[in-house]
Amino acid sequence: MELFNLAIRSIFIDNMVFAYFLGMCSFLAVSKKVSTALGLGAAVIFVLTVTVPTNWLLNEFVLKEGALTWLGESFATIDLSFLRFIMFIAIIAAMVQLVEMVVEKFAPALYGALGIFLPLIAVNCAILGGSLFMATRDYTLAEAAVYGFGSGFGFFLAIIALAAIREKLKYSNVPNGLKGLGITMLITGLMGIAFMSFMGIDL
Amino acid sequence: MSTETAQTTDVKQPSEALLSKRRKKFITDPLIDDNPITIQVLGICSALAVTTQMQPTLVMAISVIFVMVMANLTISLLRNTIPSRVRIIVQLAVVATLVTLVNEILKAFAFDMYKELSVFIGLIITNCIVMGRLEAFALGNKPYDSILDGFGSALGYSWIILAVAFFRELLGSGSVFGVPVYETISGLFGEEFSLATNGLMVSPVGAFIILGLIIWVQRTKTGYVEH
Repeated sequence: MELFNLAIRSIFIDNMVFAYFLGMCSFLAVSKKVSTALGLGAAVIFVLTVTVPTNWLLNEFVLKEGALTWLGESFATIDLSFLRFIMFIAIIAAMVQLVEMVVEKFAPALYGALGIFLPLIAVNCAILGGSLFMATRDYTLAEAAVYGFGSGFGFFLAIIALAAIREKLKYSNVPNGLKGLGITMLITGLMGIAFMSFMGIDL
Repeated sequence: MSTETAQTTDVKQPSEALLSKRRKKFITDPLIDDNPITIQVLGICSALAVTTQMQPTLVMAISVIFVMVMANLTISLLRNTIPSRVRIIVQLAVVATLVTLVNEILKAFAFDMYKELSVFIGLIITNCIVMGRLEAFALGNKPYDSILDGFGSALGYSWIILAVAFFRELLGSGSVFGVPVYETISGLFGEEFSLATNGLMVSPVGAFIILGLIIWVQRTKTGYVEH
């Protein structure tokens, strides 16, 4: 039940995009068509679900203060948490590389459509943010896995919703200066208000 | 390695002025015409979350300026030795090291600020502006030019997030840099001038809307139209 609550919380209430502004670059850039948004969303779900638990293991057994105790008593006081950024980003970069190869092999069309944004998942703030939030919030392994999946799914929902709106928006008459990024920001703001209604849910 | 590019004639060219016209453009261009946030749509990710108040925003802006200038300098110095296949990893490592440095400095000298900004300093690593400038500029230009370019882009980023923070703090909390503005107004002109703060501005939604409006104003002025 706890885990289910965490999943709901990370999907809707603490939505990566609307509550923390994470992953905005690709959120804004890849949301022009629903089909590409679907691909990117799925890739983000996968990468987050894999990297957050992996980084949890790394954090728990290597980086945290006293994490190296399993090597022997003399390692008990070592605190490597200042290496967190570098290690997390290294794991993420490796995972993204893996996803890229898999997608290229099995879904070449999607690979072409995602283009530069697939490697850029490595520098997608939502991915690193997920791992960093996991580290600061002291989750257990199961919670970390659920949190990773949940926040990925939240991003997935958000980007598809925005892509659907933007497809319709093509037929609207938007003022020149507001075209593109401007109107997208305003729409994201309005969607954020809609997502705020989930805040009342007490879990 | 590829063959050496043809050497240009060895005639010594007169050295360029420290702030020649060409170099000034590196700094002034990203401020308005080629702004990383409003025109290039980069670095929005970590920028908006810290902009509820001016003070953390200023710390964030200074951190980004530091990281960008140093990263651009480092990559530019290394540009002839980095094999292009592994350049992304090298760039990430350089940026991550610099960000760790900023993080440790904040932790030591401004612990309150460190706690408030928490993960968002770390997220400078994934700030697309940093990576974008390394990739597009520092890899192919001399160190001094790269420093200027990094400084310019970071400045363009900084003034936008400071502008967003100004409006969000003023409208959302009724203050600027922690100085209560609304209270002062009602104190000076009497109770009927007491202004209500807008809670929406403190929430993420406010940031999207303020930024959307800033983009609108700026693009209308520069005449830039996105298709």
